[in-house]
This record gives sequence, C-alpha cells and structure tokens, in this order.
Amino acid sequence: MKNYDIIIIGGGPAGLAAAISAYDNGSRDILILEREPVLGGILNQCIHNGFGLTRFKESLTGPEYAYRFVEEVRSRGIEYMCDTTVLEVSTDKQVTAINSTKGVFSLSAKAIILAMGCRERSRGALNIAGARPAGIYSAGTAQKYVNILGQMPGKRVVILGSGDIGLIMARRMTLEGAKVLAVCEIMPHSSGLKRNIVQCLDDYGIPLYLSHTIVKIEGKDRVSGVYIAQVDEKRRPIEGTEKYFECDTVLFSVGLIPENELSKGAGVSLSPATKGPIVYDDRETSVSGIFACGNVLHVHDLVDFVSEEAEIAGVSASNYAMGKGADRRVVSTTCGNNVSYVLPQMLDTNASGMVKLYFRVNKVLPNPTIRLTSNGEDIVVKKKKIAVPGEMESIVLTPAKLQSISGDVVVSVEE
Amino acid sequence: MFDVIVVGGGVIGATILRELTKYRLKVAMVEKESDVAMGQSRANSGIVHAGYDAKEGTLKAKFNLLGNLMMPAYTQELGVKYINNGSIVVAYSPDEIDTLYELKSRGEKNGVEGLEVIDTETLRALEPNISPDACGALLAKTGGIVCPYELTIASIGNAMDNGASLYTDYEVCEIVKGVDYFIVKSIDGRELSTKIIINSAGIGSGDISKMAGDDTVHISGRKGEYILLDRESQGYCTHTIFKTPTSKGKGILISPTVDGNILLGPTAQEVDVPDTDTTSTGLDYVKQTADSMCVRVPHYNTITSFAGVRAYSDTHDFVISHSDKVEGLINVAGIESPGLTSAPAIAKYVVEELVSALLPLVENTDFDGRRQSDHYYSKLDNDSKNKIIAQDPRYGKIICRCEQITEGEIVSVIRRNPRATTIDAVKRRLRAGMGRCQGGFCQPQVAQILARELGIPLEEVTKSGKNSRLIVGKTK
Repeated sequence: MKNYDIIIIGGGPAGLAAAISAYDNGSRDILILEREPVLGGILNQCIHNGFGLTRFKESLTGPEYAYRFVEEVRSRGIEYMCDTTVLEVSTDKQVTAINSTKGVFSLSAKAIILAMGCRERSRGALNIAGARPAGIYSAGTAQKYVNILGQMPGKRVVILGSGDIGLIMARRMTLEGAKVLAVCEIMPHSSGLKRNIVQCLDDYGIPLYLSHTIVKIEGKDRVSGVYIAQVDEKRRPIEGTEKYFECDTVLFSVGLIPENELSKGAGVSLSPATKGPIVYDDRETSVSGIFACGNVLHVHDLVDFVSEEAEIAGVSASNYAMGKGADRRVVSTTCGNNVSYVLPQMLDTNASGMVKLYFRVNKVLPNPTIRLTSNGEDIVVKKKKIAVPGEMESIVLTPAKLQSISGDVVVSVEE
Repeated sequence: MFDVIVVGGGVIGATILRELTKYRLKVAMVEKESDVAMGQSRANSGIVHAGYDAKEGTLKAKFNLLGNLMMPAYTQELGVKYINNGSIVVAYSPDEIDTLYELKSRGEKNGVEGLEVIDTETLRALEPNISPDACGALLAKTGGIVCPYELTIASIGNAMDNGASLYTDYEVCEIVKGVDYFIVKSIDGRELSTKIIINSAGIGSGDISKMAGDDTVHISGRKGEYILLDRESQGYCTHTIFKTPTSKGKGILISPTVDGNILLGPTAQEVDVPDTDTTSTGLDYVKQTADSMCVRVPHYNTITSFAGVRAYSDTHDFVISHSDKVEGLINVAGIESPGLTSAPAIAKYVVEELVSALLPLVENTDFDGRRQSDHYYSKLDNDSKNKIIAQDPRYGKIICRCEQITEGEIVSVIRRNPRATTIDAVKRRLRAGMGRCQGGFCQPQVAQILARELGIPLEEVTKSGKNSRLIVGKTK
C-alpha cells in the first residue's frame, strides 16, 4: 500500500488551498483525490462573478477563482488524481478509493484533510406535498444543466428558498430567457447574501415572498403549477393565503448539508449544529491526524473564507505529518444568545498566532453588540451595523487575548 | 398469436409471466407505462406478511400463507433482497391485548407458525424505541420484508430471459373478442392477438375486464402516503411494527426496508381518481401516528415522501378466477395487501389451475429461473471488482455518490431485461438517485448515459416516460 504524508479528499477550493499551504509549509508528499474529471469542485459550474473580492480584491468567476489555485497546485507539482471517488476513510488513516484505471485501491497517510464539500437539501427532506413529476430540481442541479451542459431545465420557474444558489439561478434562468415568477422563503429573512438579493432579484424585478412556502406541487408528467402560501411564526401555512403559479419548473434552494459520510466512517465526531466535524482551531477533528476544512466543516457564504480556513488545515496537517504536535490548552466554545453555531468548537489558548472564530446569528439583528466572554468576563466586545443569518460573522483573538481566557468561552450577540 | 397476454406489469403480472415461461407457451406482457412496476408495486410497504390478518377461508388467507412460505426461495433464485425480520403487532392499551390473542388464534387457524404474544419487557428488548404506552405485542417470526419493485423487475426480467415479450407504453384501449382469441389494441394503434388474457391491471383491472366483455369486476382505489427516512436511521427499528388493527384496517406501520431505510406509512384514503400526489394532511398524519407508536422517530432524516394507490375489489377479497362471462379471460384483480406476499403463490395457482384448464401445459425444459441481481456488483469483494474494472473501466467510475453506483452498472440495467429507459427506471433498479441527495448530483450524468446508450438526444430523456422530459431545450 502506497503511503503519503498528506492525502486530501476533494479537489475543490478547500482541498486546493489546503494542498498549497501544506506544500508551502514544507510538505512534499501530498496527494489530492477528486471525484470529478477536473479540479475545481463546484466552482466550475458557478460561472457568475463576485468570487475573490475579499481575497484578491477583484471580482472573479468561479472557474477563474478555481483556476488560480489549480495553477498554484500545478506549479508546485503537487500530485492529484481526478475521476477518483473515495469509498472509505478509516480511523487509522487508510483511504480506499476507486477509479477506472486502478480499480479499487487503498492508500495510507500520516495526515488526512477532509475537503468533500456539501450537498443540497432535497425536496424530499421538506415533505412538500403534491405530485412528483419531472421539472423539480435543486438549484445546483439546474445550474449544472444550464452552465455545464447548456440545457434549459424549464421556461417558467418558481424557486423555493432564498439560498445563494437559488438567487444566482433566478438571474441565470432569466438571462437565458426563462420567466422566474417568484422566490419563496419560509423564514422572515433571506438566507442568502444581501448583494445577491439586489443583483439577482431586485435588478430583474423578480418578487421575493418572505414567510412563504410551497404547499403543493401539481403536474402529471411535468410540473404544471404550484401553490404557495404565507406561513405563521411556527412556519405553518396560513389558510386562505394561497397563491397559484402556472409553471413548468420548481427549483429548491433550501440549504446545504456538509457531506460527512466518509468522516463518520472514520469515526470523526460531528456537530449537530454545523453537521460537520467538531474541530480545534487548527481544524483537527476528534480523530488524531484527520483535519477538515471548507463546506464539509460548515457551510460558508464566501469561497474566500473557505480558502482561508483550508490554509489553516493545510499547515496543521503538514505540521502533524512532520511530527510537530501541538501542546494544547483547550477550552470549548459555545453559543450564547442569538448564535446558532461557533467554529472551531475547541480552542487552544496556547496558540501562538491569531485565531479567528466564525459564527452565525439565528435572526436579523440591527446594531448588535457581539460579545465573547469566559467565566463571565468580557474578552472581546464589538459593535456592528447589522448581523444577518445569511452572512458569517467572525471575531479575531490575538495570542494575548487567548492567554487571558480562563475557561470555556461563550459567543453571544445582543440587540 | 400469443398463447397468453398478461395485462399489467405489477408484481402480480410479473410473477404470473415468469410462471408461464416454465411451459412451452408464447407469452407477452403489456404495460401502459414506460416501465414495469409503475403502479402499486412501486409504492407499497414491502412487507412479507405472516398471514394472521386475513379471515380464515378467504383467498387472502390461503395465498398469504403459501406466498410467505415460498418467498425466501423465490427471492433467492431471482437475486432479490428478502429479510426475515419478523413483524410485531403492538397493543397500545390493555384492551387491545385481547385483539392480539384473536389475531394469534386466527393466524394459527390459517396455518401460520411462530406466533407468540409477548410482554412489554420482551417487546422493549426487541424494539427499544417503542412508545412507553406499549403494553404487549404479537410477535410473528415469519414476517419479512422485500422490495416490491425489485421483485417485479426481477420476475419480468427473468421471464424475458426465458422467452417472454414485454410491450411498454402499451395502454390498452380496446379488446376485440374473436371465436377463440382476443385482439388487444393500444391507444397508439398497436395490436396483439392472444388466446388467453390474464388481467392483472391493478387499479385498471375493472376497466380491462369490462373491455373484454365482463363488467362484474369492480375495483376502487385507496391511496396510501409514505415517508422514507435516510439509511442513516438504519437500526432505529429492526422488526416491522404495526398497531393493533381496528375495523378501519392495519393502519400505519414503521418498518425497515431491505435497503436499510426506515419506512413510515401508509395512510388509507379512498380516491375516485387514482393520483399519487402526497398531501400535507396525509404526511402530517403519518408523522403523528409514528410518533404515537415509537419515541424519537428520526424525522430529520426524511429523504422523500410518496404515495401509492392500492386497488381493492368490492368483494374485499382477491378476485382470482376465470371470467364467468368471457371464455379465455382470467381476472386476477383486487390484489390489495397481502398481495405482494401472495404473488408467487397466486402466480403458481393461476398458471397450474386456471391457465391449464384452457391450454395444455408442456414443461419448458430450457427454463432457467435464476437471475443475477442488479446489485450483484456492489456485493463483490475488491479483487473481483478489479477484474471487472480491468475488462470494463466504466465499473470504476462512480456516478451516484450517495449509493456508490458505477457507470458500468447503469449501462448494464439499460441493456438487460427489462431495459431501463428512464431516470426513474435506472433508480428503481440500482438506487442511483435514491440516496440522500435524491439525484441532485447524479441525475445529469445518468441522463447523459441514457441518451448515449439509447441513441437519443439529451432533450428526449425522461424522468419516467411520456412527457416527463427533464429539459426543455438548449440555452441561448
């Protein structure tokens, strides 16, 4: 069985950035395994721009953003294998994979980086009543048909969920000549980025129905229409508020779920809040030598943050493979008021560099005060103009601040 | 001229068709949909009932027991998954205990073995998630589970391998009776002639019987809605869990499936038009009832919901007989639960007793009842897989990541009997697209493989036949 220092599972933005940072940290024996025929991951079908504003201070398309990292990987001569699906990862860091040339084969590694990304929640998960005809797609599937295969999934479209892919697809389908009749969001606020609401819906006159959901899908062979209705505070449809839209297509953009089937097989502990692994600030999971980054860890709003996080995992995995163990003094991070999750879940207060804590709020909070406390003591307090669930928030902790932490930390956001 | 045409490609028609190929007969099946197993055989509970439900003396009681006894060998020969997981009927109040003893006694009269009334403690040891309200149960050790559409597809595939013909998209609109033959016409103008018609058209069997000249078969529909939970919930329960039946029927069950999912349902709603739409009230009812039967039902693992329409006769028993009015017409209608369990036994009876009365049966010595499972590849060890991949690299290319299905397997089910020609047909044979992403990732790839293998443009690939096209044209 061939042995590597580091095996990275997934050649999307997370895997690529992790590979580059591991290499730059001194590791040479690195392998990226990618199931698609080319590197780049889901970015390859995201042909809209707006990627890289934070990292590169310019607006790139998804493929352009990915290409920059692919070039960096190639110029370093980092090994990668495409068209290769990982079937299993074990606790002792053996990887079983399959492809057309090698068949089923096993490899082992000193360190593994999980970078498998996420998948879309499906219609079935929502138990939406009605028929099951053709014309019902998740937004990402529709994106693949349109952007990769050049095929139109439909002409008259209703979208459920205001996730970013749904918003992007509302614009994309419109540009391709389809009529997008409505975007329904069950919550009283959008789950997507503000800029996408403006640039993808408002600019094209596409109505956004907040606190609305689809209550019934009709159609025999192909979708023929949907009923939407307003929902109450408990997200139950309110009778008498139904509206009918004649359409041939329904797109679902109702959330992303980190794809952790391999992680579970490896015995990695998962967080019910993020649906991703529980990690230290260096992105090591509960299994020694297995690291995680990107959307497999928690669903990010911007790919720029995926790259940033993956670099942490890459360096950590590289150090681990070189036998540089961390002597940690660990506290856990927990959610206070109005916070749905905090990542990392475990914090090494001995860390020598800056540590960034990511978190999300669970409702729209104007003029919020963000507070990080430990044993009732304020460690960080900062003000913001607004915090929304669709956008990730962060707090940076300096080594000095870290040292001042005396016990488990709580992140809360108050109005 | 066929000797026998079977109308309807559900599990009943499927097992009859296969049974017919054991004899030197020219046989065909006509099915109105684009694939087989598109009616109630694709959307039912998948239970191999023990046989304590039906009243003694009924056809249901007779064929249930026989079918239950035949099922293990029958499925093994066809490479179909079957698990003898046992069923339990739970009493949720002390006064229901009496009913359990009644069921036990009825089952024993029907000839069912292995029935036992168990106390709460034993029940809890078997099913730790049972509701605290449970106060006893009937354990039926011979109860089992099977995948209804897998059984249907495998039976028809094997029948075809043994010489039977299949006509899909063949919606019968007229049956002309000749002196000693019928002409069976389809809405698109095709015609087939046959000496015998076996009517196993499910919800449409009343209509088919009438077209052939017998208006005595009266069939109604009862819709059942289901919720399916992800395989992540595997192990939540191991037995099929029923409530104690009332006059209204068996009610909601909670059961593992042979593929490791958990199934909740069905409702029972009388319907005039047999639509398979789910309803919010129906799905809510399934959830609430499941919650009253067991604790911590993992609803968060829901991956899909669906509905099926069960056809039942106004006699409330199976209709399995020669038509009194039309010679050469055999009705096999109103096959509601326990129809799936009964199917192999019904098929044997129909051929050996009813067909034999009309035609001499000569054994087909070439008959081979074995069929390789559509899932055989995934069960192989790595060395065997690698030998196949070396010959055909497509077996190394994973298409459905959730269920780990390869391109080679997909090509195989498009080519073998009965050929898969749609996205849903591939899904029913291989589970590609049936996992937790529900085809979100693999559907475009499966569509491309179908287009290539069938030699049609991508625009013509459908979800499940007719006008269910996936795409409406090219982008600008």
